[in-house]
Amino acid sequence: MRNRLIPYLFVSPAMLLLLTFGIFPIFVAAVISTTNMNISAFANWGNVDFIGIDNYTRLFADKDFWQAIGNTGLFAVVGVPAIVVLSLAVALLLNRSQKRFFRSLRAFYFIPAITAIVAVSLVWSYLYNTQFGLLNYLLSLVGVDQVQWLSDPWLAKFSVGLVAVWRGTGLNIIIFLAALQGVPKEYLEAASLDGAGEWKKTFSITIPLLRFAIFFVSVTTTIAWLQFFDEPFVLTDGGPLGATTSASIFLYKEGFRLNQFGYASAGSIVLFAIIAVVTLVQLRLRRADDDY
Amino acid sequence: MTTRPVRSGKSDRSIAARSRALTLWIGVGLGIGALITAFPFIWMLATSLKPQRESTDYPPTILPQEPTLEWYAHLFTELDFGRYLANTIIVVLIGFIGLLLMAMAGYAFAKFDFRGRKWMFFLVLATMMIPVQVTMIPTYLILNGMKLTNTLVGIALPTLVSGFSIFLFRQFMTTIPSEMLEAARLDGAGEFRTFWQIVLPMSRPILAVQVVLTFISGWNSFLWPLIIASDQKLYTLSVGLALLNQQLAVNPSLQMAAASVMVIPILIVFIVFQRYVMQGFALSGLK
Repeated sequence: MRNRLIPYLFVSPAMLLLLTFGIFPIFVAAVISTTNMNISAFANWGNVDFIGIDNYTRLFADKDFWQAIGNTGLFAVVGVPAIVVLSLAVALLLNRSQKRFFRSLRAFYFIPAITAIVAVSLVWSYLYNTQFGLLNYLLSLVGVDQVQWLSDPWLAKFSVGLVAVWRGTGLNIIIFLAALQGVPKEYLEAASLDGAGEWKKTFSITIPLLRFAIFFVSVTTTIAWLQFFDEPFVLTDGGPLGATTSASIFLYKEGFRLNQFGYASAGSIVLFAIIAVVTLVQLRLRRADDDY
Repeated sequence: MTTRPVRSGKSDRSIAARSRALTLWIGVGLGIGALITAFPFIWMLATSLKPQRESTDYPPTILPQEPTLEWYAHLFTELDFGRYLANTIIVVLIGFIGLLLMAMAGYAFAKFDFRGRKWMFFLVLATMMIPVQVTMIPTYLILNGMKLTNTLVGIALPTLVSGFSIFLFRQFMTTIPSEMLEAARLDGAGEFRTFWQIVLPMSRPILAVQVVLTFISGWNSFLWPLIIASDQKLYTLSVGLALLNQQLAVNPSLQMAAASVMVIPILIVFIVFQRYVMQGFALSGLK
């Protein structure tokens, strides 16, 4: 009798926390999204009314929401290939030699991935500074005029995205390097004997064998871009004129600056649905790819 | 299979030489790339040692001409960074309690057969797919209902356990031979003693990885401290730093000193435990 309880004793503290902060909130979000809940609810719960799908219709008519969704889409469309190609290329090059020098270089590429985004963003905004920033100084040496890194709407998108790419590659390089361990040396040696050059070996043998890793990295990177938050939050606070407002920034502002809990929850459900659909489509494409 | 003419030894050697030269050039290229990637950190450290006038000078200097530690002192005497540091350490320590809970859960999933195991494990995996934006507002409301907003426990709670870590513990612990556990039980060891004295020590490799990752994510955490802590007494380093961004756009030296206070401990942990960090992130490829 006593024995049967034991696994539950081990599993329940973690399960309880996971249910409270992982599963339960989804249902809460779904319920709140059908109400007009805002800060006044804290004073009196009677201030909360059921309003059906009003939040959703308002959301779909909200220009700011569409701008945020558009920005997020643009970030994902440009950012995913940028990160996947860059990290794959660096991993392939790093993997060329197992010498000490090559191995020690890995750390440099990896450091941005584990350092605090707030600290990193401060450093970048100092580099981007228009009055005394280093980047503009370096460009002035080759005769380029002052660049408005963070105050021009299009350039701000680029600047914020660049920091995210800089941070995002390290982790994926590590994943690709781990996957490269699984490429059998015999295949490459056999190809060499057949006279295949470096390019041919890389594109006809190594990359096809990395298919799963590439797929995995593409899916996780897509999800990360769809949730893009930290860099624009610290660097531009979503500006100028909403040019770098991602869906997550929009939700944060509606929820915690304007205290529109109901409205923001509706937005978060929509974002969740978008992420789920995009991920499912990617999984489907992968399956189709396996069929041939 | 086509047979190719056997090449002469000489051209083989020239191919090998060309390949060595290529490796050398790739090494040089990667070295430059590595320096560019790491440059913002070098710039941060250099600026943190410059007097204010020098850090806003144009043209900028690369290395500090008159190095000073005044901004580090300023952070801890004029500003409240001592308290932020203490809060951050407390949040990290609470995270380690979560780690123990996740190890326990992983052990139960790996080594016990019990009713509900399957769907519970399914829930564990399901939580990995839910974006934080969806849980952000409800979690704030839940914590508010528990009167835990504006507490350090409240900051640590939402990320205390993660589905992925439980999953990793389970994967590793299934490889522990059940005979060893049986032997301990026959010797009269209680279940928790078995866990503490046999299971945990045997899980040292995965434990080391997770301790390092828990430290890094706790130390760097930004979103929850930002949402949960409205009282300045409860700010962590990350929130204090973000505040500095808004307040003092005119003193880069001070900002860079504050950023260094956040980054240097992570760099030290990374250098000392590099193997575990790399392993941990390579494992996330399993997800």
